[in-house]
Amino acid sequence: MRSSNLVARISFNTFMLALSVFMILPIIYIFNHAFKPYHELFVYPPTFFVKEPNVQNFVELFWVTANSIVPVTRYLFNSVVISGLSVLGVTIVSALCAYPLSKHPFPGKKFIFSTIILMLMFTPEIVQIPRYLVVSELGIMNTYWGHLLPILASPVAVFLLKQFIDQIPDSLIEASKIDGANEVVTFVRIVIPMCMPAIATVAILAFQNSWGNIETSTLFMQDDEMKNFPYFLSTLTNNLANNVARQGAAAVAALIMLIPNLIFFIILQSKVISTMAHSGIK
Amino acid sequence: MEVSRLWSFRTSYLFIAPFLICFTLFIVIPIIAAVGLSFTYYNGIERPRFIGWSNFQYLISQDLLFLKYAIPNTFKFAIIVGPGGYAAAFLLAWLISKLRGSVRKWVALAMYTPSLTIGIAMTIIWLPLLSGDRIGYLNSILLKLGLIDVPKLWVTNPDLLMNSMIAVTLWSSMGVGFLAMLAGILNVDTTLYEAGKIDGIRNSLQELWFLTIPSMKPQMLFGAVMAIVTTFKTGSIGVQLSGQNPTPSYAGHLIVNHIDDYGFIRFEMGYAAAISVFLLIVMYGANKLSWSLFGSKEE
Repeated sequence: MRSSNLVARISFNTFMLALSVFMILPIIYIFNHAFKPYHELFVYPPTFFVKEPNVQNFVELFWVTANSIVPVTRYLFNSVVISGLSVLGVTIVSALCAYPLSKHPFPGKKFIFSTIILMLMFTPEIVQIPRYLVVSELGIMNTYWGHLLPILASPVAVFLLKQFIDQIPDSLIEASKIDGANEVVTFVRIVIPMCMPAIATVAILAFQNSWGNIETSTLFMQDDEMKNFPYFLSTLTNNLANNVARQGAAAVAALIMLIPNLIFFIILQSKVISTMAHSGIK
Repeated sequence: MEVSRLWSFRTSYLFIAPFLICFTLFIVIPIIAAVGLSFTYYNGIERPRFIGWSNFQYLISQDLLFLKYAIPNTFKFAIIVGPGGYAAAFLLAWLISKLRGSVRKWVALAMYTPSLTIGIAMTIIWLPLLSGDRIGYLNSILLKLGLIDVPKLWVTNPDLLMNSMIAVTLWSSMGVGFLAMLAGILNVDTTLYEAGKIDGIRNSLQELWFLTIPSMKPQMLFGAVMAIVTTFKTGSIGVQLSGQNPTPSYAGHLIVNHIDDYGFIRFEMGYAAAISVFLLIVMYGANKLSWSLFGSKEE
């Protein structure tokens, strides 16, 4: 009995390990690719592991960026500001909206929720032109608002948070109100801590969306100084006559784009897992 | 009377206001405008010209590419990838919850990798794997094992392309739904399991069916809706895999490809908008179905 349990445990862990290794290959590849010398970059089929690692690609990216008219630090600054504000903004705005949608019986609630779900389902292709017109009418072209406001309302985030808040027992919220807490206090003291895993997940999504977002830079920003870092990186290899030049710099750029996502994911995902260890919803 | 009722909920409206304002401006209004465009002829340069239902009539009666390829392909793709991706995401989330605490986040990261590295992941892993010559990893393995005699054209043969698309999409189906369901599973109160043992729950499958799933219905529903939405919004995969646009013999032509085709290549925005509206209706139907399976009574 004991030993068969152990065998099951070991084979389960082995299976999960093997699957994880297969799934994580892209990350391994991106890390190795950045350190490959040029003759390894173009090997076909591509190799996962670098044979003669060097930092030539980093040097190349440095020189390319040093020659850019707008200093690359400006693009980085824009990206950090936009991503930071958008993570904060999206989580706060979505949580504020999800709480009444889940717990308050206000008129119009069903209609609003159904509209959010319905809008989630419209494909984005054709929406670009009307959205461009809205942004231009509001006069927020070439401002940080133009980066931030169009991505602030996230139907997925509201839907996700609402589903988690649904699980908080009404009695808990009633009790807080009987204790004399108003809606804001209840929201901050009860609702937010109880749906921390969902908040962390929404933050991961918001960061991923804004950090890699090229759309707002392409469509709403005409000033080069207002564009963000991923936009700049995408211009490195686009519009080049041959696609061999700057592939090294592009490999490093892919790594630079990935690392913040990776760090953000790991920090917040461990928060998801650790908050849950002590606070099951009763 | 009505006004005072609305006034009594003023805090609720204040809470939802910031989202609702941005949502209306940047999502609802543009989408309503797009729906409006579906009743026009619009080439992106001239003013849209109102043509009534013509786009829709053409779409469902004369557009052969749409009727012969886009619809059946999308249907086949969705019926496997939707439920399959959903099941895979749930199953993996459940398996991860069975691991020890510190390992979980690393395995979760591994499963989420395809969503984290989107474009790069696909071209890097799958193109060399599915490459049609002898060097392609899959072909070379199958040749060595003697399972096939000639290399198969996994991504350029019209009979095989759809299967490759389905396999790759399933591989990358651990997205936001997966994260939500993982959080949902870990959120289930552990005392419930202890009580379950006393009530005669014998193995972990019974535990999953009688305790875990019922107590995470909201997350299951979220996962289902997201599975539907991402499945029907998938489009570029066939083009990326085969390296051809349109895909060989339209074997991988999905409704989204049809939208891209009319919107960005032929610049018939009005017609592209009509296809988007059609796709919305299809998704709405699929969504209703899943809602009735997972939704709680009051919704």
